[in-house]
Amino acid sequence: MSEKSELDVIAALVPPGSRVLDLGCGTGELLAHLQQQRGCTGYGIEIADDNVLACARRGVNVIQLNLEEGLALFDDGTFDVVLQLDTLQHLRNTEHMLRETARVGRLGILSFPNFAHWPNRLSVLRGRMPVTRRLPYQWYDTPNIRVGTHADFEVLARKNGLNILDSFGLQAGRPVRRWPNLLASTAVFKFERG
Amino acid sequence: MASLGHVTPQTMHFAEALPLQSGAALAGYDLVYETYGALNAARSNAVLVCHALNASHHVAGTHADEPKSEGWWDNLVGPGKPLDTERFFVIGINNLGSCFGSTGPMHVNPSTGRPYGADFPVVTVEDWVDAQARLLDRLGITRLAAVLGGSLGGMQALSWTLRHPERVAYCIAVATAPNLSAQNIAFNEVARRAIITDPDFHGGHFYAHGVIPKRGLRVARMIGHITYLSDDSMEEKFGRDMRAAEFGYTTQDIEFQIESYLRHQGDKFSEYFDANTYLLITRALDYFDPARAFGGDLSRAFAVARDHRFLVISFTTDWRFSPARSREIVKALVDNRIDVSYAEIAAPHGHDAFLLEDPRYHGVLRAYFQRIAAGLQR
Repeated sequence: MSEKSELDVIAALVPPGSRVLDLGCGTGELLAHLQQQRGCTGYGIEIADDNVLACARRGVNVIQLNLEEGLALFDDGTFDVVLQLDTLQHLRNTEHMLRETARVGRLGILSFPNFAHWPNRLSVLRGRMPVTRRLPYQWYDTPNIRVGTHADFEVLARKNGLNILDSFGLQAGRPVRRWPNLLASTAVFKFERG
Repeated sequence: MASLGHVTPQTMHFAEALPLQSGAALAGYDLVYETYGALNAARSNAVLVCHALNASHHVAGTHADEPKSEGWWDNLVGPGKPLDTERFFVIGINNLGSCFGSTGPMHVNPSTGRPYGADFPVVTVEDWVDAQARLLDRLGITRLAAVLGGSLGGMQALSWTLRHPERVAYCIAVATAPNLSAQNIAFNEVARRAIITDPDFHGGHFYAHGVIPKRGLRVARMIGHITYLSDDSMEEKFGRDMRAAEFGYTTQDIEFQIESYLRHQGDKFSEYFDANTYLLITRALDYFDPARAFGGDLSRAFAVARDHRFLVISFTTDWRFSPARSREIVKALVDNRIDVSYAEIAAPHGHDAFLLEDPRYHGVLRAYFQRIAAGLQR
């Protein structure tokens, strides 16, 4: 989610002036962008020390927390928007976190690497796990412990009673609205509690 | 990094009595303080550093003619340091009831002509904050750029945003808690009983007898010291190391190095710390509970602090004021939509970590103070 154009696409999904919680906010780049360009306020959550420091340098509110422990810090419906960008695939407690996202926010915006992107499919057909720009790790050292597809998430969202407001793919920084499960390396969903 | 070099404490006398939380008042009193750096023309760059149990106004630098007199937070405060005295005007104030110069139990009670001793009024965190505010008035500082403190100092920093919200912009609370737990109070009580039951305590009026309840102070310090260290750091530093190669089969002599260390800490402490001060300060810790006036609801207590920005820092191995206690503070702030950042530093040293130099910890403080400095009115 480091590409500038991807950041712009995601930011455009956030209504101006929103109260935002960014789960796994990294260096706080998106949060700073939302503050400066869209008048948003809120907090980022990070576990990594160097990212916490980067956020402090940037002047965004960061709360150092392990997302696996849930979001007990936040009451229901505290935020207009909860962002979970490229975070879900690192969590053991994926489904719980998704429910937590829906609990504390009115809107959820989520992105993750789409395993069904066609180069990944080809690689698996060849009998090897994909190693790509989007999924640069070997199977034995990847932090992406949850491997899912654009289509898989629709099923999980339905199971948890989430109402998908918008979904598309991202490929090379551009939105992909046609066959995103095949043609995009990143899946993006915007949803609310059903 | 450069140190501040020699610094000089100053004394300010206050003739007007200070009304206290207890309903009593402290008649005419002195506050000892130090300042570092220069107050800018807009008087906007003042940072108050609040001290914890056994520290003082002497935050940084050294005192002339005392070679080993480095201030207690010298690794943080100074030119080019995270709290940079080239950008900020830093103030340290010795709290009332302490034993490092400000009016305390060893000073003469004007109404009796004898030392206050046990009659020194019970002071609270809020009383200290009010006294600090008066000193800032006299320095011509209406609004602090930031207030910073660790442990009991962190409680004062928090209290500033509740008692004088219009007078401070940023609050940095390190290794602290929104109140003491039963376990915290229990440790304090054991320490107090050690002092009070020392035959040399004389009900707190030992000055007249020319004695000091050193035995009680030693035990109090030993107990306190255990709570400042983590199990791991104690294990690493001492383990089961012994003084001699073999057991001496003695119950009263020192066998293990940890015993020697604690006794040494106790001995040192009893030479310079006042017994009545120890009772007063531990009681101030016990009483601190800003949520109490709001039915235990900390979020409601912090509603007045809406316009502040907070930085809360805890240390993973601090079991005296654990990260969970800091998260309670963060939650209360978040509930009020207050700007807050929270760093949970994975340091091995327990509660003492807040006084030590850890690159992650100091890095966050440095970055935060740089942001504050960037927003200052010149």
